[in-house]
Amino acid sequence: MIRVKNIYKSFADTEVLKGIDFLFEAGKTNLIIGKSGAGKTVLLKLLVGLFKPTSGEIWYSDTNFLSLNKNQLRELRMDVGMLFQGNALFDSLTIEENIRFPLDMFTKDSIKDKRKVVDHCLERVELAGINDKFPSEISGGMQKRVGIARSIVLNPKYLFVDEPNSGLDPKTAIKIDELIKGITDEYNITTVINTHDMNSVMEIGENICLLDKGLVAWRGHMSEVLNTDNKTLENFIFASPFLKKLRNRALANPS
Amino acid sequence: MVKNLLFHLGRFVSWHGQIFRKPENWKMYYKETVRQMYDIGIGSFPLVFIISIFIGAVTAVQFYYQLSGTFIPPYYIGYIVRDMAIIELASTFTCIVLAGKIGSNMAAEIGGMRQKEHIDAMEIMGVNTAAYLVMPKIVAGFFMIPILVSTAMLVNIGGGYLSTVPTGIFLHADYIRGLRSFFIPYYVFMMYVKAFSFAYLLTSISCYQGYFVTGGSIELGAASTRAVVFSCIAIIVADYLIAVLLTAV
Ligand SMILES: Nc1ncnc2c1ncn2[C@@H]1O[C@H](COP(=O)(O)OP(=O)(O)O)[C@@H](O)[C@H]1O
Ligand SMILES: [Mg+2]
Repeated sequence: MIRVKNIYKSFADTEVLKGIDFLFEAGKTNLIIGKSGAGKTVLLKLLVGLFKPTSGEIWYSDTNFLSLNKNQLRELRMDVGMLFQGNALFDSLTIEENIRFPLDMFTKDSIKDKRKVVDHCLERVELAGINDKFPSEISGGMQKRVGIARSIVLNPKYLFVDEPNSGLDPKTAIKIDELIKGITDEYNITTVINTHDMNSVMEIGENICLLDKGLVAWRGHMSEVLNTDNKTLENFIFASPFLKKLRNRALANPS
Repeated sequence: MVKNLLFHLGRFVSWHGQIFRKPENWKMYYKETVRQMYDIGIGSFPLVFIISIFIGAVTAVQFYYQLSGTFIPPYYIGYIVRDMAIIELASTFTCIVLAGKIGSNMAAEIGGMRQKEHIDAMEIMGVNTAAYLVMPKIVAGFFMIPILVSTAMLVNIGGGYLSTVPTGIFLHADYIRGLRSFFIPYYVFMMYVKAFSFAYLLTSISCYQGYFVTGGSIELGAASTRAVVFSCIAIIVADYLIAVLLTAV
């Protein structure tokens, strides 16, 4: 569980976040949604400590995240996995070496044991057997899944995912969503996902935080989206005339 | 400008507190250090060799020309080539050349990782990236660059020989006699003081430029250039200071 209180963040002349309060719940897929440029990535990077907020508090369960020193922060990060928008796979290492990297760095396991863990993670993301390929040799969807495999290799308690679906076709995107949801349930992780994909919102939005103009414009569960009277949410989700029509029809006959 | 300089100086110094930390895993650091040593040592050897042989040759031929017609005996050429190599050419000149090769390479490698979010990804894993990415490079440079400098010194002297004796400019015996004359071991000590200092300056400055890079490919190019420029300036200034300090005693 992660709680943020009254988070402000400005860069030089622009104020991106203007007082964010939210509770990211454990064992759930928490979604941060909003238009491009709404500040989703900034909020995610604040949560993991890559940015410092201008003011506000961040609590990981009972730990005051912003008061940690560098060593304590590294300790906490053993429990954190993150998938970046651009995957951030190490391009000069093979897929296996990529996934094994955290194990190599932080465990004293034998190479045989580490291979076993790598193979297990690759199977979990349905990519068994691509150990010796390089990141540049596999598709974007596969790179995402390798990124997921690498971020779960140390059994994190917290998983952060930035735009897992950007640049993927709808079918692959849904598979990635299901994968993240499955992993979250299986290991009871606090998962935070940035997305502007309305499929994701409707499929895995267990706890949604809509960012708009630097504030939380709406929060809730995916089941509440269809009936919402929140204008900002409505405009964001049902952005096209086609979707608006579809929604009106769904509301007219609820079957 | 002054404020900027102070900012970078301050960040450069405090950044060192992150670099020299106990490794998370000695084996990973060792592997990375060996890779860097190979890159720096073997990778730069041909360049250092070629440059040094010509530098030695030019020194010998040029001084022979300058001194011909004077009363200075020809065997002095061997002595001049040797001391030029030891005092200045092998250390300073080699390190300036290495700043261009190794420095730009290190800045580009680390800067690329910064821009592709590899460094952020490692940080999130809990890795001390300043230590893991920089310490092996500094350590590798600290071992390999003095070896390259020693090589450069020997090759300088060899280059001087090859350009004069086989071409009949003067005699084998003269050159050897010159090499053996007026030898001061303290100069060799100075050469190694310079080699270790320059190695440290060159690697740390270049890594710093890469580590804090922002923006895109233009900024990466600029950082790589700055790595070379600032390394060269630091080397020359340090060269002067070392000369003043070590000859004052
Ligand atoms: N490092 C930075 N420096 C300055 N401004 C930034 C930085 N990162 C993000 N911003 C600004 O913050 C705003 C939100 O960006 P971002 O969080 O990336 O949006 P998104 O919701 O699409 O992920 C943008 O207007 C962007 O210009
Ligand atoms: Mg973003």
